[in-house]
Amino acid sequence: MMFIPHSDAERDEMLAAIGIQSMDDLFEAIPKRYRFPKINLHEGMTEIEASAQLKEIAEADLSVEDVSCFLGAGAYHHYIPAVIDNLISRGEFYTAYTPYQPEISQGTLQGIFEYQSLIARLTGMEAANASHYDGATACAEAGILAYHQFRGKRKKILVSPGLHPHYAAVMQTYLENFDGVHIEIPEFKSLDSVTPQNLADLIDEETAMVMVQYPDFFGQLFDYSEFAEIVHAKGALFCMSVNPIALGLLKTPGEMGADIVVGEGQPLGIPLSLGGPYLGLFAAKKDLIRKVSGRIVGETVDNRGQKAYVLTLTAREQHIRREKATSNICSNQGLNALTAAIYLSLLGKKGLQDVARLCYDKAHYAAERISKIPGFHVLNSTPFFHEFAVACPAPVSEINEHLLHHGILGGLDLSRMIPSLQNVMLIAVTELNSKEAIDDFCRILSGDENDDES
Amino acid sequence: MMMNREQKTIFELSSEGRNGFRFPKSDVKAAELPNDLMRETLPLPELSEMDVVRHYTRLSALNYSVDTGFYPLGSCTMKYNPKICEKAARFSGFSQLHPLQPVETVQGALLILYEMQEILQEISGFHAASLTPAAGAHGEFSGVKMIAAYHNQRDNSRRKVMLIPDSAHGTNPASSVMCGFRVQPVNTNERGNIDLKSLAAYCNDELAGIMITNPNTLGLFDENLIEAIDMVHQAGGLVYGDGANMNALLGIAKPAELGFDVMHFNLHKTFATPHGGGGPGAGAVCCTERLRDFLPGPIAAVIEPATDELPPLYGWKMPEKSIGQVGSFWGHFDVIVKAYTYCLMLGRDGLKRVAEFATLNANYLMSALKDVYPLPYDRICMHEFVLDVKWPDAPDVRALDVAKRLMDYDFHPPTNYFPLIVHEALMIEPTETESKQTLDLFIEAMRSIAKEAHEQPELLHDAPVNTPFGRMDEVKAAKDLKITE
Repeated sequence: MMFIPHSDAERDEMLAAIGIQSMDDLFEAIPKRYRFPKINLHEGMTEIEASAQLKEIAEADLSVEDVSCFLGAGAYHHYIPAVIDNLISRGEFYTAYTPYQPEISQGTLQGIFEYQSLIARLTGMEAANASHYDGATACAEAGILAYHQFRGKRKKILVSPGLHPHYAAVMQTYLENFDGVHIEIPEFKSLDSVTPQNLADLIDEETAMVMVQYPDFFGQLFDYSEFAEIVHAKGALFCMSVNPIALGLLKTPGEMGADIVVGEGQPLGIPLSLGGPYLGLFAAKKDLIRKVSGRIVGETVDNRGQKAYVLTLTAREQHIRREKATSNICSNQGLNALTAAIYLSLLGKKGLQDVARLCYDKAHYAAERISKIPGFHVLNSTPFFHEFAVACPAPVSEINEHLLHHGILGGLDLSRMIPSLQNVMLIAVTELNSKEAIDDFCRILSGDENDDES
Repeated sequence: MMMNREQKTIFELSSEGRNGFRFPKSDVKAAELPNDLMRETLPLPELSEMDVVRHYTRLSALNYSVDTGFYPLGSCTMKYNPKICEKAARFSGFSQLHPLQPVETVQGALLILYEMQEILQEISGFHAASLTPAAGAHGEFSGVKMIAAYHNQRDNSRRKVMLIPDSAHGTNPASSVMCGFRVQPVNTNERGNIDLKSLAAYCNDELAGIMITNPNTLGLFDENLIEAIDMVHQAGGLVYGDGANMNALLGIAKPAELGFDVMHFNLHKTFATPHGGGGPGAGAVCCTERLRDFLPGPIAAVIEPATDELPPLYGWKMPEKSIGQVGSFWGHFDVIVKAYTYCLMLGRDGLKRVAEFATLNANYLMSALKDVYPLPYDRICMHEFVLDVKWPDAPDVRALDVAKRLMDYDFHPPTNYFPLIVHEALMIEPTETESKQTLDLFIEAMRSIAKEAHEQPELLHDAPVNTPFGRMDEVKAAKDLKITE
């Protein structure tokens, strides 16, 4: 039997030991009319059959490895070093449970402690938790923290229109109508209007938290130092959602005065996998730590005098505090946090600087090339990191269809998320886009396809 | 003397100038950098590739795991994680898909999502499913939010009370509060069932619903279940099912037929996907017809039906009155592929056998231990059972001591101090994937520990001693809070 080791003889011995006649006797407590319903599913398969069937299904999909990918918008195609899959495929890591028994879980616990340390260093913050589900839920959890920080007295959460629209949507799902909380997002007018200055005017004494993204959804970079002071002058918390690769180069949220830093950790060695599982980064100033939700690992010693790690401050969590917990989160993204820790350890200081610089340079090369193509116009007028918006002479869906014929996965059709942005493509460039691939992309955009017919 | 098993951190191992991964030289010209936006220092460690591999491999050796031993963790369903599921999820056509690719280029992935929704519906009897929740608690939040949306839409916003039996998981009350409900505990009676008198007191027009784990956290199929559900429905409330214990019901009973309105699955429990040292898991929320429009989305749907020549075209669909999006994208696809692979291999009969043998294993352990450990609810259990470590003649031995001593016998401890209604609880769930031989060794260890508890209790208080680390100073961890280096 598949994954069930019992022989018939063993089963019978066990039934006898229990003192019952048959397997069916185990289920007497279930009212007869509901017992053993018909399940209309296929018969089981062997590994050989299942493997063949799944392979066939997978082949119906277009892997980003087989195209030239310019699609980003919150999920990025980066190289994943071989070391990562090798290490996280160790059964000792991936088949372990949550480290509630620290004596036999130091591998996971130290891994998470190092992850927290790496995220704190990367973001310039003092503290980090062991993860949230993804960038969007990390934003929502930041909103919940802000609500509790003011004991529900400040009801407004101000969100930049430069925050990923999906993250804003999830914040709304979590928070809208929760004890009168409302999420204010200024209407998107034009890319030029998505600036900290325009957001600053909307902060008031009712505001619990202000949320921006860095680089923002359109790739734009701003120095939020002065903005942070404005937020703090109104007594509100300042939260930044970040791209961790960009922080290989850029000024940290900590330096700018952020109180909370969240973000999507997927670029740190986690495969695209159609959108999940990813990794919700969550860092904060130390004085907020007791209000942070999710697991936190702390250093201690064992009774033999060895330095060791445990889950700590658990009085914040649902299994202890129940309805008074800071969040309902239980399972988190443990293995993906470990992945990010391995990625950051392996790349280290130089590697992360290098990959960030490659993304930056290649994106700027692409933007410069595209801006020279008649009919195309780069909309970003401020510094950007590895993503930028381009006004196109035709609907993006049409252009993308055409690109796909040439083995290119074009950028996001922004009208899918922001209807007023017709004919605007959001283009992402990473270290995996070669100059040649960028040149090909530009050539197809410009309508010159002669070389491609062969 | 025992070897010191402390491991240096990656920061202590760091050596200036070392580099573990090289990127190719840039093939484009350097762009001008925004000078006022550059960071000054990047305090990341500097290690070689081998430093990194050795460090994490050594760390891994300090972990207990399903691949190395038996995990009788009640409520957690720590079954074997089949390797083919890992392999399938790593196929490039699954792992290397961008979430925003045109649907025409991800038809294989959408087919899996669509079929997984159908499989869950068939197993549970529900009419619709969403795979977007990232974990069990996330599924709970989604399902309870759907109940809130349902009442609001019917202008029943005075329905603010969510009933939760005192045996429930901590996530239940926490999820309810996040959805704006007031939590009212309901008592468990002496047979381990919902106390109907306690329940009746709250069946009024403030009642939004009840969250029921069935089998409950005592491992018992609630004998009052049908009546309790009926009472809540009569009062205008809805019934939420916490699917954490679904492993006991596969092919045995369908929650929707029992009367549940909405329920979440934990794919990382019931469908054998790995726990990853704490996650990622995957939740899925299923519901009846009257709640389907409120599901979180988007869900996989047929957007163009099959024709004589062409297969159906799958795409995304947002349910009409959806509570909204609950995550960055569409859920934990990689985990769902593993769960789907598991379902393909088990099929109809295999799934039922899972529940049968999980239940057989639990009852076998229970019957072999109940003469030496107090068993507060002595009747045939489902996939798990709860012991109460209270010996009048060994009063200073607690559940914690037995749990810690088990590590010296090379077993992971059972869940302890949960459910809260059993004070010295040891909650034991063997799962179906453990053999009789393993169970017999566990029984032997448990019986031996019971003997020690009476004759040499200090062995239990000092435990564990055969593990790489001993008991921890948890007070120090919280007091001298050090969570980063």
